[in-house]
Amino acid sequence: MSTLISNVPEGPIKDKWTNHKNNIDLVNPANKRLIDVIVVGTGLAGASASATLAELGYNVKSFCFQDSPRRAHSIAAQGGINAAKNYQGDGDSIHRLFYDTVKGGDYRSREANVYRLAEVSGNIIDQCVAQGVPFAREYGGLLDNRSFGGVLVSRTFYAKGQTGQQLLLGAYSAMNRQIGRGKIKMYNRHEMMDIVKVDGKARGIIARNLVTGEIERHAAHAVVIASGGYGNVFFLSTNAMGSNVSAAWKIHRKGAYFANPCFTQIHPTCIPVSGDHQSKLTLMSESLRNDGRIWVPKKLEDVKAVREGKLKPTEIAEEDRDYYLERRYPAFGNLVPRDVASRAAKERCDEGYGVNATGEAVYLDFAASIERYGKEQAHVRGLDENDKAVVQKLGKEVVKAKYGNLFQMYYKIVDQDPYETPMMIYPAVHYTMGGVWVDYNLMTTIPGCFAIGEANFSDHGANRLGASALMQGLADGYFVLPYTIGDYLSDDIRTGAISTNSPEFDQAEAEVKAQIDALINNKGTQSVDYFHRKLGKILWNQCGMSRNAEGLQQAIVDIQKLREDFYQNVCVPGSANEFNEELAKAGRVADFLELGELFAKDALERAESCGGHFREESQTPEGEALRDDVNFAFVSAWEYTGQPSEAVLHKEDLTYENIELKTRSYK
Amino acid sequence: MRLTLKIWRQENTHAEGAMVTYPIDNISPDMSFLEMMDVLNKELIEKGESPVAFDHDCREGICGMCSMFINGEAHGPDRNVTTCQLHMRKFKDGDTIHIEPFRAKAFPVIRDLVVDRSAFDRIQHAGGFISVNTSGNTQDANATPISKHAADTAMDAATCIGCGACVATCKNSSAMLFVGAKVSQYALLPQGQVEAADRVQHMVDQMDLEGFGNCTNTGACEVECPKGISLENIARMNRELLKAKLL
Amino acid sequence: MAQLFQSSIGRKVAMALSAFFLMVFLLQHFAINSLSVINPDAFNEVSHFMGTNPVVQFALQPVLIFGVLFHFMMGFILDFKNRKANGKSYVKYNGAANAKWASRNMILSGLVILGFMALHFVDFWFPEMNTKFIQGDWSGTAEGVEGLRYYEELRHKFVNPYRVGAYALAFVFLALHLNHGFTSAFQSVGSTWGRKKLLQTIGLIYAYVIPVGFIGIALFHHLTH
Repeated sequence: MSTLISNVPEGPIKDKWTNHKNNIDLVNPANKRLIDVIVVGTGLAGASASATLAELGYNVKSFCFQDSPRRAHSIAAQGGINAAKNYQGDGDSIHRLFYDTVKGGDYRSREANVYRLAEVSGNIIDQCVAQGVPFAREYGGLLDNRSFGGVLVSRTFYAKGQTGQQLLLGAYSAMNRQIGRGKIKMYNRHEMMDIVKVDGKARGIIARNLVTGEIERHAAHAVVIASGGYGNVFFLSTNAMGSNVSAAWKIHRKGAYFANPCFTQIHPTCIPVSGDHQSKLTLMSESLRNDGRIWVPKKLEDVKAVREGKLKPTEIAEEDRDYYLERRYPAFGNLVPRDVASRAAKERCDEGYGVNATGEAVYLDFAASIERYGKEQAHVRGLDENDKAVVQKLGKEVVKAKYGNLFQMYYKIVDQDPYETPMMIYPAVHYTMGGVWVDYNLMTTIPGCFAIGEANFSDHGANRLGASALMQGLADGYFVLPYTIGDYLSDDIRTGAISTNSPEFDQAEAEVKAQIDALINNKGTQSVDYFHRKLGKILWNQCGMSRNAEGLQQAIVDIQKLREDFYQNVCVPGSANEFNEELAKAGRVADFLELGELFAKDALERAESCGGHFREESQTPEGEALRDDVNFAFVSAWEYTGQPSEAVLHKEDLTYENIELKTRSYK
Repeated sequence: MRLTLKIWRQENTHAEGAMVTYPIDNISPDMSFLEMMDVLNKELIEKGESPVAFDHDCREGICGMCSMFINGEAHGPDRNVTTCQLHMRKFKDGDTIHIEPFRAKAFPVIRDLVVDRSAFDRIQHAGGFISVNTSGNTQDANATPISKHAADTAMDAATCIGCGACVATCKNSSAMLFVGAKVSQYALLPQGQVEAADRVQHMVDQMDLEGFGNCTNTGACEVECPKGISLENIARMNRELLKAKLL
Repeated sequence: MAQLFQSSIGRKVAMALSAFFLMVFLLQHFAINSLSVINPDAFNEVSHFMGTNPVVQFALQPVLIFGVLFHFMMGFILDFKNRKANGKSYVKYNGAANAKWASRNMILSGLVILGFMALHFVDFWFPEMNTKFIQGDWSGTAEGVEGLRYYEELRHKFVNPYRVGAYALAFVFLALHLNHGFTSAFQSVGSTWGRKKLLQTIGLIYAYVIPVGFIGIALFHHLTH
């Protein structure tokens, strides 16, 4: 096993990024016009990178599979974006944001990258405000903040419950300006099918026009992958239906190492699966846990009656309820971090206390908050605090003002009124901290191929804090990549335009066409979704919220079998030369079937519990996660060698010079 | 639930399309409309027929990708939801459901229920932005206070998801709610003032060029908009254009 | 300015401005007609003034004719353009689910009003033009009529019940047209007043009181003849 070179600059952590920027090579404006860059994906990272690179003068070609860049899944982020602005004067600082992020990531992220992220976070807010993002404001006209994810300061900027949407529209507007000027060529409804390497360097991609089915060659001096995370390997996740790993996986197959694939965030508050027909899961913002109490019945007979519809949750007496988070974690209670809350819900449901028909749901109850707020309001307004009707009415008004849109969303989906009966929630796959390995310059192990945003692995370690994904996507795209890519491209100013008429492009295109033909001509019996659902089940059961060696080994075998089955029996209707969503899905699922195996392999290799990765073998006597810093303080970066089972592990050792490694405790 | 679906099938932009009837059974009222479509497509694939093409992505009502004109209404009979948030419990056992693509000359059909809404993108290329570089060298975010009311109103306009329901539902295929929302967001914020006159003119010119119809203020768009974008945004755009042309 | 009216919004504004003008005219017309019920002599006086005053005849009247023609022509042009923007029509379109009938059928109510205008011109305007400009009679008197002729001519027109019926029907459509048009015009010129309760109420009053008033006047003359 070799050691990876992270290219982290020398010097004190505070000065690393500044010094690095001062010392790296630049490309002069006249030469930038001669250089082409491909950006795959138009989420926060991709859109911000495309816009900035185009502003700098590079010729940018952007690709997205959606019908418009604005639809990338960053748009669905609800809560907010962190930035160390300290506008609230509550003691926030770059160092504190850096510390919180490293600690929240359970000490499995790269210090220097996280520090840089915290350092540029303030700029993101300035930038977004300048481009017209309507962040929430206070009556005095200044920006408002909320607190998030259990940190001790209020540093989260937000735009109602649609922060991701507004930030993406901001980045998209910056793109629009450059598209209008002709500096970005936008390829909507296009999917990257493979990367093309010439002399070992990334020099272009093969893309498929999803409307006509045409296979296209696109050349460039550098390729940026901003294609997001791979949560959809679980089939059911809060990701969009089209979110996929393919771009990241294709570059992995061509030489980019894939880091920490087993680090997945499972968000505790999602609307539970209602049946086999379910196609995706919907997140309910983490903020609900501020006022909701999580519980299941204490008695199994009550559980049975609830499931059969004979007993309503509101009829269960207080003493027959198990507020298990408050019981297990008296200090943090319902506000423990995401990974801890998720595991605790699973533990109760595994014991048979799940409260819906599928047995996978717990209650999130607002009755106590409604009563508390109602009494407060009654007192303030001089009304009778013992009048139940008044208290209920006032309390519901308060809750509505705070969470009205979420309650409405829940009502639309579940058809139950959460003001009257507790919500049912269950954890769901939400975000993947793992991704393509990159160095400090965000370059993968393929020279000239960069990975940014959720697609890379760098900043969140083994667990991501709330409101940090948006921050990382925009930091990478607006403020990091545009500098670091220049360092690489400064060698390319005399290269001239890259031709697509080369044996390398011929070969890549032939491989892509061969795979498409194989899928189309397979004429099997099962739909693509059939395999995807099966893959999701395997991963959810064996590589979900808790994992053990035996299950992981079984998962590897099962996935291998499923992959064989897929290539023998998948049915892709229609032809290659038309709008064919089944074909697009088949290609994506084929990649998920390989990633899934690497995922399990990585989880098996990492015999410790950290962040979202919980190994049953590595826990305290009380059942809490037990990290092993002696043996596992490294990044697992996997090299593809032909089969996921034969992937080679490379380790990047994680050293912490500025933060002391500690055990997280929420008791 | 047992339903009869009448769905617009059209192989490609140039092909003639037609409504085709599909009976479907065993639909749970808890399914979303698109999950019902998934069931249909699974059956079609298993029968060796071509599945119905439709746009969808986030399935939580924010990406704006899903479209569909259901029983004569954009995003179906429910209010303030996109098709992906519409649930089958809004229909009755035995219902016949008409499903058509969003229709407008500026939204050509790509296949079945999938339409090309890139006209919306081109309108935004024409001026849907504030010309500020992404260098990060801008002034501090709190340097210019913005009244809460202006920020909130701008936010209300900015929640538009660009799905095109306004165009689809408008008897004139007018895009003014969409363009009005975008113009409004910037017009309401001080950052957007500098190039306000150019912005509204360029965007309206492009809107006309794309072949969208004119607004006759029926208000249908506001009712069908899944995000409840207000008609006031159209009034504001009209005002902005008048200001730009006359002052 | 010319550039303004080449844009979709400019045309809307033009439509609204001509609508405001016509609404003011209508109010004025209604006020004068009301006199025929309250005070026939005053009606005759005012009618004679309007019919012979050079400012009204040679300045305001052409402007009015232009306004009417413009509103109709623009209405047709916009409707044509809007239909063109539609592309293929829906198999099933539930317009009633989201908009009032009146707002969706302005072209229809407009056409009925246009038809009424034709009748109205044949009844009043053409004879007036004939009398004044071809026969050169600006006296305002007629054979067999004592004093000014306008009141008698008016009464005479409402003898025929079919004509009264046609007038009434046309005014029903005018009410529908105004029902949407009044507030819509405000919206078109960029004012949000059209969405305020007060103006909506005024609009409703205007849209129904004036047409009902006109019908009332016609009925009054028909029944008291």
